[in-house]
Amino acid sequence: MRRFLSVTRGVAWRSIHNTIVNPAILVPSIVFPLFFLVAFAGGLSRISDVPNFHYKPGYTAFQFVFVFLQSAAFGGVFTGFGIARDFDSGFARRLMLSAPRRSGIIAGYAVGALMRWVITGTVVTIAALIAGMNVSGNGVQLVGLIGLGIIMNLVAALWACGIAMFTRTEQAGALIQMPVFLLLFLAPVFVPINLLTSWIHDVANLNPVTAVLEAGRGLLAGSPIKVALAFGLLAGAAALMAVFARRGLASAERAG
Amino acid sequence: MAVELAADRLHARGSSGAAGLIEQTLAVARRSAVRTLRQRGLLIFPLIFPLLLFGINGSALSPATRIPGFPTHHYRDFLIAMPFIQGAMFVAITAGVDLARDIESGFLNRLALTPLRTEAMLVGQLGGAFVLGVVQAIVYLLVGFATGVTLVAGVGGALVLLSLSILIAFAFASLGGLLALRLGTGEAIQGIFPLLFVTLFLSSSSLPRNLIKIDWFKQIATYNPVSYLLEGIRSLVIKGWDGQALALGFGFAMALLVIAVGLSAPAMRSRLARA
Repeated sequence: MRRFLSVTRGVAWRSIHNTIVNPAILVPSIVFPLFFLVAFAGGLSRISDVPNFHYKPGYTAFQFVFVFLQSAAFGGVFTGFGIARDFDSGFARRLMLSAPRRSGIIAGYAVGALMRWVITGTVVTIAALIAGMNVSGNGVQLVGLIGLGIIMNLVAALWACGIAMFTRTEQAGALIQMPVFLLLFLAPVFVPINLLTSWIHDVANLNPVTAVLEAGRGLLAGSPIKVALAFGLLAGAAALMAVFARRGLASAERAG
Repeated sequence: MAVELAADRLHARGSSGAAGLIEQTLAVARRSAVRTLRQRGLLIFPLIFPLLLFGINGSALSPATRIPGFPTHHYRDFLIAMPFIQGAMFVAITAGVDLARDIESGFLNRLALTPLRTEAMLVGQLGGAFVLGVVQAIVYLLVGFATGVTLVAGVGGALVLLSLSILIAFAFASLGGLLALRLGTGEAIQGIFPLLFVTLFLSSSSLPRNLIKIDWFKQIATYNPVSYLLEGIRSLVIKGWDGQALALGFGFAMALLVIAVGLSAPAMRSRLARA
């Protein structure tokens, strides 16, 4: 266990350090969610005038939950890019040789992804509050929202880690990013699900991210819905992705 | 190598004046187009991604048509302008990265040793981007028709739409070329890409300007030239023939092209002087 923790700490520290000292890595992961918040909450706020749009805290809060969870997911995705880069540069091979417990490498990258999201999530929240976001949920409900974000970040980080370790090249960037992007945008991003029509309504109904998004919005509005379902889905996805990432590590070990 | 040989041949034949310039430009453009078309992997993502967003947002934002005053009952008719501009922004990156690669590999310096004129090098390098712009414009229009988009301006409007979107793509490609000459590396060009996207989202891309509720956002969208590029294309789809929207669309696209090419000439001279 001590060896596992030692590897986790080392990899996490390197991942966080690289993020903080390298503006080319840090800035996009902060700017992108901010930009989505501005574009969606600012540019589309008239959408709240659509008949039957009911969300008590307002459109900024409605969009904030999406951007908050999206930034969590992309914290994981961006970490995956870093892992792929480590394989391309040869660093990952040296890391594999020196790590006494290699599963600690996955844990380390996951902790790095979480720390990266702590920075982004904080900035996005402050920006939304400055923009006048109303918060109706109580302390426990807000902790629940943060919990959703943490597990979302973990799921995305494990997915990205698995893909990066299977492919071991930076060219896998689109493969890491695209499924996450699609899952997020095939949820009810701009309006509640009851206002969606045609195929997007059916797809959003089947999309597990919809439950997470609705739970997050409910928690922020102080009227929780689907919270157990959302946590259950995320926990299941995290378990599945942990196995996937472990298999990715095994594939990287076999490749030498 | 083919371009260098072509340049020498042209020099040997004594090509000069406007005819020589056109011949030189075409030689460089041909190489650029062939290189772009050979990179199929790089072509697919810029082509598919705007269509993917069009497909998703076209449905996800369709409730917006119920906002009083929304100019059409079909959100896809409103949104179809977006893939054209998004595609043009991808063209800018492709053009910039290709030129940056030529700078990094030293090809541009070797080209400078041939009798090629700077203007031919500049415009010809954008040949691939031009081809890409044409392909994208046709594909986006056909996908638009296939998904039920109707052009109020009719067949003539479709031709004008294609012309405008190709001009916009070429103007953005020139901007990509300018950035490559200034920055010199493909990585730096890729880093600029998010900034281009910011200009798209801070425009009238998702809602008409008069329906944007937040005042500062409306102001930014009004001063953002990208709004007028979008509105030029959109006008042909949902309004028909709107002279003002078209004049602004063509005008801003032309202005971007002239400024980018105008600034590229000294940038190229300075890059070659540095080398």
